[in-house]
Amino acid sequence: MNQLGANHLLYLLIAAQWTVLLSLIAFAGGAVLGLAIALMRVSKLGVLRGLASGYIQLVQGTPLLILLFLSYFGLGIIGLKLVPLVAAGISLTLYAGAFLGEIWRGCIEAVPKTQWEASDCLGLNRVQQYAYVILPQAVRIATPPTVGFMVQIVKNTSLASVIGFVELARAGQIVNNSTFEPFAIFSCVAAIYFALCYPLSVAARTLERKVHAGR
Amino acid sequence: MSYKFDFAFMAERWPDFVAGAWLTVQLAVLAIALGFALGTLCALARVYGGPVLRRLVGAYVEAIRNTPLLIQIFIVYFGLSSLGLKLSADVSAVIALTVNMGAYSTEIMRAGIQSIQRTQLEAADCLGLTRLQTILHVVLLPAMERVYPALSSQFVLLMLASSITSQISVEELTATASLVQSDTYRSFEVYLVVAVVYLALSALYRFAFWLIGLGLFERKRRLGTPL
Repeated sequence: MNQLGANHLLYLLIAAQWTVLLSLIAFAGGAVLGLAIALMRVSKLGVLRGLASGYIQLVQGTPLLILLFLSYFGLGIIGLKLVPLVAAGISLTLYAGAFLGEIWRGCIEAVPKTQWEASDCLGLNRVQQYAYVILPQAVRIATPPTVGFMVQIVKNTSLASVIGFVELARAGQIVNNSTFEPFAIFSCVAAIYFALCYPLSVAARTLERKVHAGR
Repeated sequence: MSYKFDFAFMAERWPDFVAGAWLTVQLAVLAIALGFALGTLCALARVYGGPVLRRLVGAYVEAIRNTPLLIQIFIVYFGLSSLGLKLSADVSAVIALTVNMGAYSTEIMRAGIQSIQRTQLEAADCLGLTRLQTILHVVLLPAMERVYPALSSQFVLLMLASSITSQISVEELTATASLVQSDTYRSFEVYLVVAVVYLALSALYRFAFWLIGLGLFERKRRLGTPL
């Protein structure tokens, strides 16, 4: 039996880089999709609003684990090789897009109505209204909850382990298979996740206070 | 695309899915009830407790909210059994989900409790309510009414998260799916079916919590508005 040692810790830390990378992919993809969903949700066209809210209901009503399996096996169906990183990236993007879209819709709607009216009076068209007036203010409101949601993304990348992507959680399982010290190993894994997530949680809270103090 | 969808396995295997969904429902109901009770106690401790108790609850909440549920489940199931505390997969799942739910409901209920104004407590004092009556009728119920939307969506999220317990071989809906797909090689179709079942379950849970809310909050029912 292998003794739990520095090598194993190093292995976990290297795997944690994949967790970070996957989180960044999910956040970047989720941000693009989320912005589109949020804008659709506040659109004047009923069809777009309906589509976006249907999408959100669908994603928020199924477990991420199932989304992960669907994209993993779905990629196989359309003839692509089963690459765990791609499947994990896609499903986390779909997931993050739905949640960020809903968060950001709230933030866009939280911009006072008078701002719309004032920019209307100045003769700005809809694109200009969004670009110069509404979105800059919405971003300010959106920053704390978005940082808070990044914690969810980092934690949920752990599910990518089930389709064989070797990130932190999977690395923990692999080390455990050779050393059989689950309590120590998974505590280490939990500590690394905590080290990644806690600063984000604190940042979200601090930002929240600042945004509210400004009003 | 030449892929042909084939749902023929459903004819034979639907009882498995029903059994799996039933276990998912039971797991979620148990973990929600226990976790909410734990969270309410912790929220009271966090607001009204002494400094040590407040710190302890704070540490618990931060530890759980900043680590993945998957790892929490592994620590309870594999970790505790290696320390000599052997628990079955089902019991481990309920414990891990309860502890997780507890941390999230602590934060939500804390926000609710802190929104109850001091004057309400003073008024309850003047009316001669006992401490327990004050906590139940003046603090907890109105607090819960204010945060009920957040609370019930967290409950639904927990039901969905219970799918993760499939990783320690709890035979709930997601585990049933893995089993059926490994027998039939119809992976995509199996997970599609399960996704639909989860969608239906979330709708069911939302409806149930709406009904419970109607029953609990008399003022809301009569006036049609939240507090």
